[in-house]
Amino acid sequence: MNWTEVDTWIVIIGALCAAGCAIPGTILVLRRMSLMGDAISHTVLPGIAIAFLVTGSRDPTAMLIGAVVVGLITAFLVQAIQTLGKVEVGASMGIVFTVLFAFGLVLMRQAIDHVDIDPDCVLNGAIEFAWFDQPIDGWGIPRGAIVNGVMLVANALFMLVFYKELKITAFDPSLAKSQGISPSFMHYMLMTMTAATAVAAFETVGSILVVAMFIVPPSTAYLLTDRYRTLIILSLVLAACSAGLGHLSAITVPTWFGYSGTTTAGAMAVATGVLFTIAWFISPKQGLISRVLREVETRAHILREDILGLLWRIEERNQVGIQTDELPQLLGTSQHALRKALRRLLKQGTIQKTNTDWKLTEAGRSRATSLIRSHRLWEAYLDKHYPQDSHQLHHAAELLEHVTTREMQSALGSADVDPHGSPVPEDSENE
Amino acid sequence: MTVNHSISDARVSFPSLEQITQVLLLEEYNTRVVVLGVMALGAAAGIVGTFLLLRKRALTADALSHATLPGIAVAFMIAVALGGSGKSMLGLLLGAFVFGCIGVLVILAIRHTTRLKDDAAIGIVLSVFFGLGLCLLKIATEMPSGSAAGLQGFIFGKAASMVASDAMTMLAVAVGVILVIGLFRKEFTLLCFDEKFSKTQGWPVMTLDIVLMGLVAIVTVIALQSVGLVLAVAMLIIPAASARYWARGTASMLLFAALFGCLNGWLGATVSALVPRMPTGPIIVLLCGFWFIVSFVFGRNNGVVVNQIARIRLNRRVAMQHLLRAVWEISEREQLETVGVKEIVSMRSWKKVFVLRQLKRAQKKGFAKKQSEDVWAMTPKGAHEASKVARNHRLWEVYLINYADIAPSHVDRDADMIEHVLGSDMVQKLEALLDSVHDLKSPHPVGVDS
Repeated sequence: MNWTEVDTWIVIIGALCAAGCAIPGTILVLRRMSLMGDAISHTVLPGIAIAFLVTGSRDPTAMLIGAVVVGLITAFLVQAIQTLGKVEVGASMGIVFTVLFAFGLVLMRQAIDHVDIDPDCVLNGAIEFAWFDQPIDGWGIPRGAIVNGVMLVANALFMLVFYKELKITAFDPSLAKSQGISPSFMHYMLMTMTAATAVAAFETVGSILVVAMFIVPPSTAYLLTDRYRTLIILSLVLAACSAGLGHLSAITVPTWFGYSGTTTAGAMAVATGVLFTIAWFISPKQGLISRVLREVETRAHILREDILGLLWRIEERNQVGIQTDELPQLLGTSQHALRKALRRLLKQGTIQKTNTDWKLTEAGRSRATSLIRSHRLWEAYLDKHYPQDSHQLHHAAELLEHVTTREMQSALGSADVDPHGSPVPEDSENE
Repeated sequence: MTVNHSISDARVSFPSLEQITQVLLLEEYNTRVVVLGVMALGAAAGIVGTFLLLRKRALTADALSHATLPGIAVAFMIAVALGGSGKSMLGLLLGAFVFGCIGVLVILAIRHTTRLKDDAAIGIVLSVFFGLGLCLLKIATEMPSGSAAGLQGFIFGKAASMVASDAMTMLAVAVGVILVIGLFRKEFTLLCFDEKFSKTQGWPVMTLDIVLMGLVAIVTVIALQSVGLVLAVAMLIIPAASARYWARGTASMLLFAALFGCLNGWLGATVSALVPRMPTGPIIVLLCGFWFIVSFVFGRNNGVVVNQIARIRLNRRVAMQHLLRAVWEISEREQLETVGVKEIVSMRSWKKVFVLRQLKRAQKKGFAKKQSEDVWAMTPKGAHEASKVARNHRLWEVYLINYADIAPSHVDRDADMIEHVLGSDMVQKLEALLDSVHDLKSPHPVGVDS
């Protein structure tokens, strides 16, 4: 790998671009309007093409205006078709942006002999060549960095000025309305920012990959935090990271297999996806791994309680004790899970082993009593209020007993016997 | 984008009549192949798209089509690595199909295991898979053997590269798709309209859903070559959305969607064959858009024009009934045959111009006649009509006071809205209901049925 100043600038431009996109992207994701970002970033193409054909020059201001106008038209048409034409919003977006994008392609094709805007730029952007376009002599700053930097600052200002309004409209549109914030003003304001950002990013990452910059870093951040402010900051950080990671992997990963490199914009999109996948797996609250762990722990907890309950019932029937090899069959579980549960219970001091028999300790008995009390109170309650087959009663109570607190027990009322005729034990800690 | 020539050079050069007839009548072999293939595709896409649209999955299909790109690149790479040229169309499409399905599965996984909603899931899959595809494509162009140059054609479509066998594939797939839809039309319809009901009926909702998305994937994949993956979704949803403005049921919606799809395919392929520098895919999509606008404006169900006419009619009827009731109430109060315009204006937040216009309309209909300047009287026909409206109004007021426990001072406004839509059977029901009870409270005499 041969890192040069050009690479540094590519990462800087990419980071500015991705961070600039992440700001409106956060709001889009929170408002469940991600696909509006998708639609608008597609329609930047006809905007640019029209601006070019009208002015005949590559004037950035004209292109910005053209793209923003077409972006707003997109937002307006989507709403008009949705409300006037009674078309579902997704389909309405699909209709508007495909037709406008097709229009852009035809315009581009018509002008292709005169313009160096080519399909490759639409797809991949031109971040690799951004360095060679330095508008101000002697500064050494590429135009892409200036454009994306200005856009980032503009978006940050937009965010700061409308911080409260954006927050309220994102989480509770009807509250926003009652607070005197005009939802349609905020909507079109957001659409304007989205379109402007998309056109600024167009030359960097192209017309389609910008969707990744809008949606993926904020979605990743949304998996990691519950706080609005953290969400925004985290989106910015993730966006900048994916630019660095993207360019780095674009120039290194293919070389491992003997190829020279690949497109940075594409790799940036993949990098956002990689970061998303990582967050998807390891997010502390919502990650797949922590979900699985939680589920495993819940199952183990239920198994342990079931063991205590079983031993309690055996005591109730004056049987001596129970041997280890009988347990798996009685509880319907595997040897391995059972051994783990027994070890844990021994450690907690709720059961003890005498010879080959398992028995409850005093502490274990107290916990088991409460459990059985919950079970039988539930059976009595369900039988009274929702009369049903006694077998079903047992099943429902079997599930509910594990989540019943002492307060719930007293709320279930009092009963002396359950529907099967077994006595409901008194709460041992109340005595 | 630097300008080399004048912009006006970008003008479209129009074909001669001879060329047009040649293409329209499919005389040329190449055009015939493209046109037939695209028409078959249009019909299949319209039919599958109908259910896609009804199932509200339009943009899932967009993500699916974008997700096919890495599949094409991977299939090409595998083919080259195995020593082939990577040009096997079937292999490339298989790769596209597999990755399209993976994309949909990832969307489902994100939706079910995170708190992100459909929109974010679709956006993530669409953009990340597409980015991956571009990366792989760039690498594929560097592969020592094989030529990856043609792969770019899948992105924006390249109908000109179609050969007869491609058209035959499209035709076969279209027929297959139409057959499957024909077999399971009832099941798919119920799935779209009432998923829960079909679940309780014991239908394999999950399997049906998979079959539907599988069909969508197949149609998308065969659309890649002609329309391109960025715009493939348009062929699926736009004809179906246009069909909804004409159809009166699922069967006719399917038919209309297929017709629109066919028509757009035919016209699109024709135009792009005739006019230079007109890419087939975008032209087809623009035509889809054109027919959608036509349907959206002039369609017989919920078309803008139809809806607007219905609204104007309703507004007129409501205004006329309000006028008649106002006049009737004034003459009831004053016990006079004639009514002054000034009095009528004071009955509601009306402008004088409006009232005069309505009075002229009433005169035309024979409900009212002008006595002198600003003094009007009702004809017997008008009085009959007015008493009917006033009676409906008051019956509803009585009903609201006695059955809905609404304060007498509040019922006027509610009754104001309902009086226009009370049908004669509804009035009969109200009368029967109110007849059976004595001691009804009412702010006015209800009036007798004339």
